[in-house]
Amino acid sequence: MEGWIALYIFMLAAFTGIEVIRRVPAILHTPLMSGSNFIHGIVVVGGMVVLGMADTTAEIVVGFIAVFLGAGNAVGGYVVTDRMLEMFKSSDKTKDKG
Amino acid sequence: MIPGAEFIVPAAYFAAAVMFIYGLKGMSSPVTARQGMIWAGIAMLLAVLVTFIHPKVEGNYGLMLIALVSASGLAWWWARIVAMTDMPQMIALYNGMGGGSAAAIAGVELLKMHSGQSDMATTTLLVASFGAIIGSIAFSGSLVAFAKLQGWLRKTWRFPKQQLINLVVFGITILLALIIFVAGPSPFLLVLFFGFALAAGILITIPIGGADMPVIISLYNALTGLAVGFKGFVLEIPALMIAGIVVGAAGTMLTQLMAKAMNRSLTNVLFAGFGKADEDAGGG
Repeated sequence: MEGWIALYIFMLAAFTGIEVIRRVPAILHTPLMSGSNFIHGIVVVGGMVVLGMADTTAEIVVGFIAVFLGAGNAVGGYVVTDRMLEMFKSSDKTKDKG
Repeated sequence: MIPGAEFIVPAAYFAAAVMFIYGLKGMSSPVTARQGMIWAGIAMLLAVLVTFIHPKVEGNYGLMLIALVSASGLAWWWARIVAMTDMPQMIALYNGMGGGSAAAIAGVELLKMHSGQSDMATTTLLVASFGAIIGSIAFSGSLVAFAKLQGWLRKTWRFPKQQLINLVVFGITILLALIIFVAGPSPFLLVLFFGFALAAGILITIPIGGADMPVIISLYNALTGLAVGFKGFVLEIPALMIAGIVVGAAGTMLTQLMAKAMNRSLTNVLFAGFGKADEDAGGG
């Protein structure tokens, strides 16, 4: 990929990340950390691409590890975040009732 | 190859990147958090599914499916049964897996270069090695954080000159990266390189106490994001770059916010243990 374009993408993505988080209440710190943990689980896509290109045994083994770990990151991250946010939902409901 | 894949795949990745950012934005407010998570989940599913027809993917579909299904099943099961109070270490564990994945991707790329199948440009090789270091540190560091919070690792190792030793290990890692850069990757060099990078992650994390762990996990979360972003550059998948760097930047912000909420500075968290070790050594 063209280096300068990549650098622009990096810069804009970094600003996006900072802006998205800027005024987040302290109560959401942990769920947000968990949510962003899920999002970088997208690395599984990279793992799939390298495993799909792998030829030698060593490449296949390491590629398999990449997909395995990446998928664990994505699915585990999703379930953990979902369970955390579930707690928010129930506490909101009790507030509404009260 | 499926006709139209050259268009469908990047288009789906683009849509996924948009949904990821939108989802993360939603997660910054308690009201929209769950909805945001659903958007991000759809984005992930879309990106994974479309990767099966990625033009560069030529085989190993069976292995891919086995890895995806077995890891998803295990991760889903463990995340479900774990007690609510154990969530922080689960974040550490899954984050470590992401870092490890990024490091493994770099491993495959470097192996491919060794066998002469890929001719990486200078910048790409540098970015790949850098991503490998960050990913490895996030991997081993997160696993140590997980083991500590899980109660498997109760001791906090602090010894004199710890900071110096860490610096030396990190320095050797960088040096090995440079040697690989100049001399080209050989399997022996690669094992040594990843070994030292993993050791650096362990050494950085073992002196840090349990109370500071959430901040450290957040820091490693940001590092994994960064490593994923770098892998996106190496593999030429902009969606990975965007998702990775957005998480990297947001994670860095979040780390600072969390440290501030605990009345600690990041340097304090990272290096406070070292000063204490010196005092102990002096006092003893």
